[in-house]
Amino acid sequence: MLNPQLNKNGELRHLLTIEGLPRSIVNHVLDTASSFVGISDREVKKVPLMRGKSVFNLFFENSTRTRTTFEIASKRLSADVINLNISASSTAKGESLLDTIDNLSAMHADMFVVRHGRSGAPYLIAKHLNDSGQKGIHVVNAGDGSHAHPTQGLLDMYTIRHYKKDFTNLTVAIVGDILHSRVARSDIHALTTLGVPEVRAIGPLTLLPGGLEQMGVRVFTDMDEGLKGVDVIIMLRLQNERMSGALLPSAQEYFKSYGLTPERLALAKPDAIVMHPGPMNRGVEIDSAVADGKQAVILPQVTFGIAVRMAVMSILAGTHG
Amino acid sequence: MPSPNQYFDAEALYRTLLGQVRVALSSVPDAAIVGIHSGGAWLAERLTHDLGLTNRLGFIDVSFYRDDYAKKGLHPDVKPTQIGFNVDGATILLVDDVLYTGRTVRAAINVLFDYGRPARIRLAALADRGGRELPVAADFIGVRATLEPRQSLALQRGADGQLSLTIEQENA
Repeated sequence: MLNPQLNKNGELRHLLTIEGLPRSIVNHVLDTASSFVGISDREVKKVPLMRGKSVFNLFFENSTRTRTTFEIASKRLSADVINLNISASSTAKGESLLDTIDNLSAMHADMFVVRHGRSGAPYLIAKHLNDSGQKGIHVVNAGDGSHAHPTQGLLDMYTIRHYKKDFTNLTVAIVGDILHSRVARSDIHALTTLGVPEVRAIGPLTLLPGGLEQMGVRVFTDMDEGLKGVDVIIMLRLQNERMSGALLPSAQEYFKSYGLTPERLALAKPDAIVMHPGPMNRGVEIDSAVADGKQAVILPQVTFGIAVRMAVMSILAGTHG
Repeated sequence: MPSPNQYFDAEALYRTLLGQVRVALSSVPDAAIVGIHSGGAWLAERLTHDLGLTNRLGFIDVSFYRDDYAKKGLHPDVKPTQIGFNVDGATILLVDDVLYTGRTVRAAINVLFDYGRPARIRLAALADRGGRELPVAADFIGVRATLEPRQSLALQRGADGQLSLTIEQENA
């Protein structure tokens, strides 16, 4: 099957997942993002690239941070942004997802930024647009279920490249609830695509999905063991709702085994960086001393995230056919 | 196939341009030089070095301001724009390698205005090949030449820093 993200020339038409993207496209996004970083420091924090284009933020699932960064990115590209609070509107009245899309397309949307609780929803939308001949409308996946969060994956890669320069000699550890994490999945695909020789997944067995080894990932249930000698630590948020099920005993127990403390951080390389996609739970997956420490690059991730989203949107909006 | 051209000695043209610019900027305190990527950036580097203005050097990539984005999409090789000096009130010499339609210059002026309000912008180009589509004129020029629409002039910089200009024939 053809990758629905790419047009017949192999150019990026939609961004749905990092899985299967050629390295050249990933690098193109990262290179373009580096040219967008400086724009936020200027007198006029805008470029006219998407002037007159309408970007619809469709958030079927709440997310203040991701929605805000997409909104800022759109505005810095001079696009008009429309935020739809879907959970409080038509869907609640029974309208189907694709009917919602067709209605918004009739309002001359140029791009949909989609966050959805169900894996695959952005695919459905992109496929519908492709099949119904609406090829001028682009879709960005802003997180779908536990499947993918490609712009987060790309901004994580941008952050790693910024601090570490080269991917081909790195050991990267992803720590926490890998099972439910679309960030972890996107990061693993991106790291592998960019040629990172060693990707590690660290977490309790109940939160590690099967098949990680087949993706080329080394699995550790002992955090101290897994952190030894790593260059990059990506902490994942422990979602509170996981605590209510049988997957974990308690937040305190989790912190004891998998919380990133200064002592544990000392097991990694001395110049290791600590990342977190946010929002952080201090005292659950990460100690405040680490979150606020010198090795944390969590706030730069947020800043880079805007440039990376500008790059993605401007590349998509410039792709035809 | 690109072929080296006897008629355009890029190094000689650069010396001509340098002479004009040296005279014009000698009376301007705190002039700054901004090159348009890539060819204009090489020229701007040389000019600031030869005029002792290395701390007043900037680079512009016009990819985010091009008027053909809707038709052609984003340029695959965007370079960061770097303006390290205060644009407000500055006299800026904008440098490009080849002046043709004037659209790149229009875009570059818009970039500069998003950094501040310059007092003056002057334009220098190594070669002016005619064919303007906008009311743009250069203040300093190495050479004027007439080319066929299907020909293009391209500046190259060798490993030793030497500049060369070639005429490339575009395929129909």
